[in-house]
Amino acid sequence: MVEFNLPANSVVKEGKTFSAPADAKNVRAFKIYRFDPDSGDNPRTDTYDIDLDKCGPMVLDALIKIKNEIDATLTFRRSCREGICGSCAMNIDGRNTLACLKPIEDIKGEVKIYPLPHMPVVKDLVPDLSQPYAQLASIEPWLKADSPTPPDGERLQSREERAKLDGLWECILCFSCSTACPSYWWNSDRYLGPAVLLQAYRWLADSRDEYTGERLDALEDPFRLYRCHTIMNCTNTCPKGLNPALAITEIKKMIAERRA
Amino acid sequence: MSESYKIIDHNYDVVVMGAGGAGLRATLGTVEAGLKTACITKVFPTRSHTVAAQGGIGASLGNMSEDHWQWHMYDTVKGSDWLGDQDAIEYMCRNAVPAVHELEHYGMPFSRTEDGKIYQRPFGGHTRDHGKAPVERACAAADRTGHAMLHTLYQQCLKHKAEFFVEYIALDLIMDEDGSCKGLVAWDLDTGELHRFNAKMVILASGGYGRAFFSCTSAHTCTGDGHGMVARAGLGLQDMEFVQFHPTGIYGSGCLITEGARGEGGYLTNSEGERFMERYAPTVKDLASRDVVSRGMAQEIRDGRGVGEHGEYIHLHLEHLGSEVLWERLPGITETAKIFAGVDATKEPIPVLPTVHYNMGGIPTNYKGEVLRPTAKDPNAIVPGLMAAGEAACVSVHGANRLGTNSLLDLVVFGRACGLHAAEVVDPKSSFKELKTTDGDEAIARFDRLRWAKGSRPTADIRLEMQRVMQGNCGVFRTSEILKEGKDKLSETAKTLPDVGVSDRSLIWNSDLVETLELENLMTCAAATMNSAEARHESRGAHAHEDFPKRDDETWMKHTIATVDTEKGYGVDLTYRPVNNFTLTDEVSYIEPKERVY
Repeated sequence: MVEFNLPANSVVKEGKTFSAPADAKNVRAFKIYRFDPDSGDNPRTDTYDIDLDKCGPMVLDALIKIKNEIDATLTFRRSCREGICGSCAMNIDGRNTLACLKPIEDIKGEVKIYPLPHMPVVKDLVPDLSQPYAQLASIEPWLKADSPTPPDGERLQSREERAKLDGLWECILCFSCSTACPSYWWNSDRYLGPAVLLQAYRWLADSRDEYTGERLDALEDPFRLYRCHTIMNCTNTCPKGLNPALAITEIKKMIAERRA
Repeated sequence: MSESYKIIDHNYDVVVMGAGGAGLRATLGTVEAGLKTACITKVFPTRSHTVAAQGGIGASLGNMSEDHWQWHMYDTVKGSDWLGDQDAIEYMCRNAVPAVHELEHYGMPFSRTEDGKIYQRPFGGHTRDHGKAPVERACAAADRTGHAMLHTLYQQCLKHKAEFFVEYIALDLIMDEDGSCKGLVAWDLDTGELHRFNAKMVILASGGYGRAFFSCTSAHTCTGDGHGMVARAGLGLQDMEFVQFHPTGIYGSGCLITEGARGEGGYLTNSEGERFMERYAPTVKDLASRDVVSRGMAQEIRDGRGVGEHGEYIHLHLEHLGSEVLWERLPGITETAKIFAGVDATKEPIPVLPTVHYNMGGIPTNYKGEVLRPTAKDPNAIVPGLMAAGEAACVSVHGANRLGTNSLLDLVVFGRACGLHAAEVVDPKSSFKELKTTDGDEAIARFDRLRWAKGSRPTADIRLEMQRVMQGNCGVFRTSEILKEGKDKLSETAKTLPDVGVSDRSLIWNSDLVETLELENLMTCAAATMNSAEARHESRGAHAHEDFPKRDDETWMKHTIATVDTEKGYGVDLTYRPVNNFTLTDEVSYIEPKERVY
């Protein structure tokens, strides 16, 4: 039997509401997904009314304000607060992005915040990312070359060759893209997903790497690569403005050209 | 007490704490040497703060113009205001070139010159031929060099199948009665379980403590955890008064704008539109050392020449460089300026302010990475079984002021040195010291005490008060009065720590408890910093004391060692150890102190 409804214990219930101070003038409601693994209770959404006049501009500022001043149990990952570490990826206002780079003023009405979709939730906004991490390791994301390296110098790489890596190496592994991809939701056990495929292409595109054939062999698989159906959610959601969909297309093209 | 927690024991030849640049390079080294290594880290490796480094890694490759490691060494010694140990500085600068080539061989995506070599840009304090003119020494991957480096090192660790314990919070060291270190206790956030790691060698690569201050470029996770662990083990912290203010943090958010922006031709102006750095550093101007530029900016603001409605910031101009140069060489900061200052850097100046950025001080080590326990008889005595590297450590190569690009270099050179030394002293075939059942009890008692803390002051409350005191009383300019007041205020704040209240009692991903554990580490660092600063009656590098405006080599050419009493009110005991006034080899001679002019 196919189960169309969520299991009873994962239905999200209405949680607590924390009102803003009476003198607050510029109040915005933040509706945040909560899950406490220790209690065994169903997940819930708590609502925090925040005075935006006393809050920094980004969604992360609001989360930190809540944790510091209202409810210290609210749990989320954060580190650099400037969009380079990839810790605070979450679903904000229906879209996967980094809380630190998302201005509150870009959102109309209630700010709804959920963990990255379709990943097991450890607690509140903290998803378990061990699967994409393992998939990253599976593509052997390191330079592979048999030619000896120059003993007293760097390998040479022209500016044109190096430019081919732009838009690839800047990925911060936040997995906003993979967790926005319906194919990945459906087949994350076998489909590598856009973030990992972008990394796979980063090595295919590197003029210094000498294992293009082996890398393509490993990718040429109905699931690992070809579950990409060019839905483009990945590119639309990437908080760094990268284009994983294009990288995946380039991999498919390389395989097609190799066959021809 | 410890019966109520399930504890899992492990045996590893080496345990590395931290997976930033230094931790990963050390891990790589020990794994390659065949040592069974556990790298435990509170964030996934590529989220470590190394990822935020922008401008470059210093090495005298000479790809753009003539350069020599001896020139690099001279600049580093001068940058350190002669507080750096010249044996360690020689070791770092002569190993810089192979270290950068190694990173390239690992696959790091450096930007390139026309002839395909690694691209290099000028940086503050780095000069040609002993201060004659700026030199291109910063090896760069656009303005995301730290990101490129950290990901590359992680990739190499994956290649070598290094074993990671991700999102584990290290609580404390396990020390043997003979004074050596034999492991550490950690808490697994994912399962809530406690672990004891029995190790023949522990390498601390836990980063800095920028978050002791209110406004900093550092990540939220830079909380001096290794410093706290070392202090609780009764060991001293070195040169903690030397805190670097980066000249160009974005006004308001504190986000970093790389010095490479000035390396590429950017400059600073005051409210009169004057390029004021010409007055403070006539030769290299905007590319003087960071302490010099930060002081220049703070002075302009104090003299009423700050920009903005309240005259509280300075302008950084990049618009003349053209959008092509900006988007090719400085894409990250062009984006950051847009997001965090609302400024289009291709068209208008960026509002900036000196912002806490780096801790020159830390856990004292020698150039091999061994942690020191200086005594009156032997200022270079070591702690067997314990090493440190990276920002957590104080080797000291940065002395009183670090040069830009020397931190990424420090990470790989001394991370590697730790690996080499561990391979030398750790025998994988030797048996482990037995852990006693009581080993780690104190760590677990501390954990349990904070988990159930029912005091009246939330963690964030005490933290904010501490950060404000540090910001207000331990800033760019210091006086005896301000520092004395800071000491008193900080001591008052520290005394309220027993009254901390935690509201989350859970074990799985209890981030309230994580922040409280971190707060104790931060308080340790803050106390050491404030007290060391109050005692140093001279001006040197980042420590600018207005009552003692000159460097005083006669009295103060020495490292401060601060021992913090974390049990009782965070009182600090200060001793001193000599600066190493010798080099490592005869190929270069000791650089005699002289006046520091840029």
